[in-house]
Amino acid sequence: MQHVITIQDFSRDEIDCILNRAAELEPVAHTGSSDALSGRILATLFYEPSTRTRLSFDVAMKRLGGDVIDLGAVETSSAVKGENLADTISVISGYADAIVLRHPKEGAARMASEFSSVPVINAGDGAGQHPTQTLLDLYTIRKEGKLNKAKIAFVGDLKYGRTVHSLAHALSLYDAEIYLVSPDQLKMSDLMKDALIESGTEIVETAELDDVIDVVDVLYMTRIQKERFPDPNEYQAVVGSYKITKETLKDVKDNLIIMHPLPRVNEIDPEVDASRHAMYFRQSFYGVPVRMAILSMVMG
Amino acid sequence: MKPKPDEHSDRELRVKRITNGTVIDHITAGQALNVLRILGITDRPEDVVSVVMNVSDRKKDIVKIEGRELKPEEVDKIALISPDATINIIRDYEVVEKHRVILPSRIEGVVRCINQNCITNTDEPVKPRFVIRRGERVELHCVYCGRVIADRIADFLI
Repeated sequence: MQHVITIQDFSRDEIDCILNRAAELEPVAHTGSSDALSGRILATLFYEPSTRTRLSFDVAMKRLGGDVIDLGAVETSSAVKGENLADTISVISGYADAIVLRHPKEGAARMASEFSSVPVINAGDGAGQHPTQTLLDLYTIRKEGKLNKAKIAFVGDLKYGRTVHSLAHALSLYDAEIYLVSPDQLKMSDLMKDALIESGTEIVETAELDDVIDVVDVLYMTRIQKERFPDPNEYQAVVGSYKITKETLKDVKDNLIIMHPLPRVNEIDPEVDASRHAMYFRQSFYGVPVRMAILSMVMG
Repeated sequence: MKPKPDEHSDRELRVKRITNGTVIDHITAGQALNVLRILGITDRPEDVVSVVMNVSDRKKDIVKIEGRELKPEEVDKIALISPDATINIIRDYEVVEKHRVILPSRIEGVVRCINQNCITNTDEPVKPRFVIRRGERVELHCVYCGRVIADRIADFLI
């Protein structure tokens, strides 16, 4: 039985295999349907709000001919009666062929996999892991840019942003050159940087977006959260210095792609949406074929 | 004749040799009570235990457990806080086995995760579990949330 808990559990070959399968399924993800998972049931357990992840798992399962059961709002579930996650998982794994779990506690998905008799897919555990986001990010880079030896700049919150940590690790398998662009308060931890350097990844760290924007192939924007800054003025200054506008993009590489895990607040000006560089909405769509590939892998 | 109080030598006041059991020697000074916690010995009223702290110019602690021979797998986890400790098995006053503790590759239920938001720090029925990596320093990697404990490991003992 294969669980999908962290991206670190996957080798480069295994990741490639999922991305290849996603490419095969992409036409079905657009408009089609398949009976590959007909008669199978997916349970989605979201203990935290989610729009894209929950809906794209829903769509992915339905495009493959399967059914979805949903925990619904946590307020109406047994969790309010004090049922622990372990018991909920033991029960639900009797009802479904796979479980998708989002939970506010880090490590929740790993624990769930120990209590489940069916595959568990981690759809985000606190500030921890979100492996299917990483896989769809890799798919986007491979499809819209180049994955091998990519020059990628991560911009914004590199301290708390879970998407950045997982994607940076995965890109280290593809000999990426990584540029870390963030204010002092939101720099990537030394532990994380050391792990990347140990894996042979080249890292360049700067606080200035202008230093790197013209040399990279991928610009990966993240949301900077107000609550990370004790002083609101400081927050405004930082946010302003990392905002992407048409003007910011005037000297970038022709093939630059701009990604964002969404939701965005004001990191990317809406006027950029029409630019050929803007890839974030397509990136979000690629969540469907990638999750179809994952579902067919764990239940196929 | 009863000795006068000032005639008590250091040797007499300290713990005598044990007949049978286990002596844990060369414990990092100040860590003897943590060693007992890790071994769960404080929860066993039937064990006769002697603790000597800060001996040999405060360089080490010693723990003696009478009538019980600890197995290596029971004791090795103390290497987390006392990597130079040695285990001596005593039978009839003689040391019949002696070995240094070896850091295990995994531990369960000994240390709690540093991450307050880790699932192991909740009411879920799961014990904290770590993979141990030893490079320049000892690192405990939480199997659940991935966080690493590298300093002040004794502070996180359960």
